[in-house]
Amino acid sequence: MADRKRVLVMGNHAVVEGAIYAGLNFYAGYPITPSTEVAEGCARELPKIGGRFIQMEDEIGSIAAVVGSSVAGAKSMTATSGPGYSLMLENIGYAYMTEVPLVVCNVQRGGPSTGLPTKVSQADTMQAKWGPHGDYTAIAVAPSTIEDTVTETIRAFNLAERFRTPVTILLDEVIAHSRAIINLPEPGEIDIYNRVKPTCSPEEFIPFEMTENLVSAMPAYGEGYRYVVTGLTHDPMGFTTNKPSEIFPKLDKLRNKIMNYREETVKIRTEQMEDAEIAFVAYGSVSRAALQAVDLARKAGVKVGMVQLYTIWPFPEKQVKELCANCRKVIVGELNMGQIVHEVRRVLPGDIEIHTLQRYDGEILTPLQLLEKLEEVL
Amino acid sequence: MTDAGISNKADPLSKPQSKYDYSKGPEPLEINMKWCKACNICIALCPKQVFEPDRDGKPVQARPENCTQCTICWVHCPDLAITSNYK
Amino acid sequence: MATATTSEKAKQKSDIFLKYLRPRKGMPSVWCAGCGNGIVMTAIIRAIDKLGLSKDNIVMVSGIGCSSRMPIYLDFNALHTTHGRALPFATGVKFARPDLKVIVVTGDGDALAIGGNHFIHACRRNIDITAILINNNIYGMTGGQGSPTTPSAAFSTTTPYGNAEKHFDPSALAAASGASYVARSTVYHATAMEKLIGEAISHRGFSLVEAVSNCHTYYGRLNRQGDPVTMINSFKEKSVQVTKAKKMSPEELKGKIVIGKLHEVDTTEFCDVYQSTVDRLDGRK
Repeated sequence: MADRKRVLVMGNHAVVEGAIYAGLNFYAGYPITPSTEVAEGCARELPKIGGRFIQMEDEIGSIAAVVGSSVAGAKSMTATSGPGYSLMLENIGYAYMTEVPLVVCNVQRGGPSTGLPTKVSQADTMQAKWGPHGDYTAIAVAPSTIEDTVTETIRAFNLAERFRTPVTILLDEVIAHSRAIINLPEPGEIDIYNRVKPTCSPEEFIPFEMTENLVSAMPAYGEGYRYVVTGLTHDPMGFTTNKPSEIFPKLDKLRNKIMNYREETVKIRTEQMEDAEIAFVAYGSVSRAALQAVDLARKAGVKVGMVQLYTIWPFPEKQVKELCANCRKVIVGELNMGQIVHEVRRVLPGDIEIHTLQRYDGEILTPLQLLEKLEEVL
Repeated sequence: MTDAGISNKADPLSKPQSKYDYSKGPEPLEINMKWCKACNICIALCPKQVFEPDRDGKPVQARPENCTQCTICWVHCPDLAITSNYK
Repeated sequence: MATATTSEKAKQKSDIFLKYLRPRKGMPSVWCAGCGNGIVMTAIIRAIDKLGLSKDNIVMVSGIGCSSRMPIYLDFNALHTTHGRALPFATGVKFARPDLKVIVVTGDGDALAIGGNHFIHACRRNIDITAILINNNIYGMTGGQGSPTTPSAAFSTTTPYGNAEKHFDPSALAAASGASYVARSTVYHATAMEKLIGEAISHRGFSLVEAVSNCHTYYGRLNRQGDPVTMINSFKEKSVQVTKAKKMSPEELKGKIVIGKLHEVDTTEFCDVYQSTVDRLDGRK
């Protein structure tokens, strides 16, 4: 590892590093605390590598430009925070419907509304799944350190390109604004996935073909494959349809292309779960506190472990179920009024006690608080 | 043209008699009756009264000999139903 | 049905629509009988055909509304997007692929109400996009509600007692916002519109062609303006060429539609300027 590039970066700049590693060449965004440094980093770095940065007039325009550029062949992303993410939802829904790969980094701050612009939160977790209207399947990832912000950003791009779908990075404000010295991955160290291009002739091309893995090949504009991209429900040719016999397959495709291959989306980290009787389930910044709490509690002889979710959506239910199968109790720590805990409750059998530790006052959960909760439920 | 939808045969019963010399070739304009929505624009805008409406209100070339190829009808047809046969 | 008397030129002329209509989609369109959208569509087809552009290199972007259905019928790269957002989507396409010709088809509600902010900023940025704004003074697709171009006192389903608001002049708005080419035409002046659209597409920078059109189904019916023919003929009577309009007083111009090329400036284009920055920074990572 000695020859890896070592840099001092903040979390938001780590997003830029990861994105450029993954092949980012288009960024459209609008300034919003606490995500602005992602835009600033892209404005500085992208023109140097022949990429494009544009500051749009608002978040709606930003996500629209990101979708447009992706259809035109770019690897593109935007970054924002709660209020901006809410504004983007309609066009994120458009990207689900039209199966356009892109990455949205939501640096979460306290809400609702303008809320707490400089304070941490994890309250957009459910929004990343159910934000846009309608039925679809979402993918969201949650980094916990500056270093894994780089790798999770790369993974987000790979998942977006693999499944032809928007992917959300749920970053906590405290990670976005912390600085650390990290090792950047070397070129070639992490595989980069690029969208599948059609190999057939334009005459034979079916833009939303029901392929074996349900992900259709995606040409860029200008490559000779002239097709219709529309947010209206469409048939495999891209033409709008009202026929139930065509609506079912289209919506099933949006779900099944991800759910049939959900194992590819899963990333979980476990800590001392082998003999754990009590488990912390955490993601984002909370998992760092939980990690320390596990260490401290183990020293005191308590058999406790941690399950950290890097993939939030689709919820890794099989893995969480298996990992917690031998636990008596599970503590779900979140910086919100309880969002992922509902998923945990849904997948775990009724004989496992589920406790919650929630904080939504703009402050982080500390290891001490997690230990206090542990003591309480012991 | 091979498109089966394109035909300049309107309802024969309502087709008025014309002085046009059909031996010189087809009528000057080709009207796609499947695309025509009978909006009356071509009939009204034609400065030479080439068209008459059939019983559905769709245009029939009643006086094709009057046509001066001014293109007013086909640039104003909203349904792309008129094309020119002219040389 | 080509006969011996049909010359090559006439053949070309009659094949032009089939050349630019999307195979397997086909007409008739969703538009009402006599809708001006179709007239604008044929003007666009003829303008593009005259320019001799490759269909592969044209991207047609639209939002939501009657006019926005157009890209689905035309055999270009089509991006039918969300309400009001056609211009930012188009900005993404153009900025990512400056070699493509990007044409936005939009309506008065789409571009000026929900998309008003995007509209002025696309003009300001002077990005090389051609916007064809079909202005029929009303929301057609949702059934005749008042739009930002519904004139004062005019009737719509949401202004049943007459519009209390003032209306936008889209061309003046675009010119004031920084668009470098602005022209207006009406569906009566379809051949002039074709020429202006051709000029707009060739222009490097943001160009707007405001196509004044008829919605006889809602605007015409609610304001007693008659059938499509009456409405289209009224555009002929109300229109004044821009050269003539310059000599007319504001009183004389009241209720008139000034047509022709209204505004053109020679200035730098956004993608070009950005590319020069990229070239200057090349390899400075």
